[in-house]
Amino acid sequence: MSSIRFEQVSQSFGNRTVLRDITLHLTEHRIGIIGANGSGKSTLVRMINGLMTPTSGTVSVDGQNVARHAREVRRKVGFIFTNPDNQIVMPTVQEDVAFTLRRRGLSPAEIARRTAAALDQFGLSEHAEHPAHRLSGGQKQLLALAAVLVAEPATIVADEPTTLLDARNARRISDLMQTLPQQVIVVTHHLNLVEDFDRVIVIDEGSVVADGAPQQSLAAYRALLLA
Amino acid sequence: MIGLYSPGNSAVHRAPTLLKLFLLSLCVVLIGTSPDPWVIGGAAVVVLLLFVVARVPVQAAAAQVAPILLILLVAVPIQGLLSGWLIAALMAGRLLVAVALAALFTMTTTVTAVLEAFQTLLRPFRRFIDADRVGLLVALTIRCIPLVADIVREVLEARTARGTQGSLLSIAVPVVVRSLYAADALGEALIARGLDD
Repeated sequence: MSSIRFEQVSQSFGNRTVLRDITLHLTEHRIGIIGANGSGKSTLVRMINGLMTPTSGTVSVDGQNVARHAREVRRKVGFIFTNPDNQIVMPTVQEDVAFTLRRRGLSPAEIARRTAAALDQFGLSEHAEHPAHRLSGGQKQLLALAAVLVAEPATIVADEPTTLLDARNARRISDLMQTLPQQVIVVTHHLNLVEDFDRVIVIDEGSVVADGAPQQSLAAYRALLLA
Repeated sequence: MIGLYSPGNSAVHRAPTLLKLFLLSLCVVLIGTSPDPWVIGGAAVVVLLLFVVARVPVQAAAAQVAPILLILLVAVPIQGLLSGWLIAALMAGRLLVAVALAALFTMTTTVTAVLEAFQTLLRPFRRFIDADRVGLLVALTIRCIPLVADIVREVLEARTARGTQGSLLSIAVPVVVRSLYAADALGEALIARGLDD
């Protein structure tokens, strides 16, 4: 498990403050982050692999400052986006997975072997040579996962990975999130996805308002909805 | 290449990409410059045979060659009347064979293979050109065609759903804006996947 530390992190865009003075230490295997639209959840997790740099404060992964060692951190932290369409870079399924392994000094045979293994793990083998953009939404998200996991990151950050999926595919992705051996940090609006997680953090208007076991955090979030 | 690749394991599929690219260029030059109907006729037969060997679906192959027929429909009568029917027929034959051959290359070669070929070709110039970067540029361009096509389709659908007719501008503005958003998102994804330089 990676040890992810936020120290007095704040972020603002112009005069709009998105995150206020967040201090967190994330070490658990499965961590859920919930909160309303625009509460700052996405901004928070984007800081873990340096897609965003905080206005003030520091984020570090295993002691490495993300702002300074973004490249090393990104090798450890894989990121899954809400819309897999934007994550697919190469025209065919197999090529997209193999793309992750470029520039890593692997032999073509090793790349082919790892790609095939990743496609097999996610049930995409029969689509290996199909155009990636013709897959269904669920398959695209599986492809995005395969393309991230093939690099063997220690941690996976997923920003609403099930939001665009139908119930069956959402379930499939949630099941994976619950069983992956990697450390998993998931931002979601599907509350049942994080019910069995080790820790759930509730963000509201840029601050942590609840942090703890799923039961307590989910109860706090529901109370917030009624308030 | 954009979803046109038709998977297979024939000799045409397996032939080295650089060889295919070289033969394609050579044939197109030969066909383009030869005044002999026999050469063009022979080339047509060879191309047909190659299609059979590659076992690409007939429908997909036809879809590739069909657009050029539309052009010929206009160009052949004009050239026939202006400079004789033999020349018109030769021109039509040349175009058909060249387009069919190019289509065959597209349908039997993966984008990765084309990129690798590009990188090999650019290797002598690596002091001036980063072949990896050129390869990525080509790959992203190819990838973005269906992405932008989807955006255009959605904008047109939204317009239809709202029952508005609107001008060309009313399509262009949302298409450009959404394409820029998609480009941002794609950039983020590239960074997240380790292409951060």
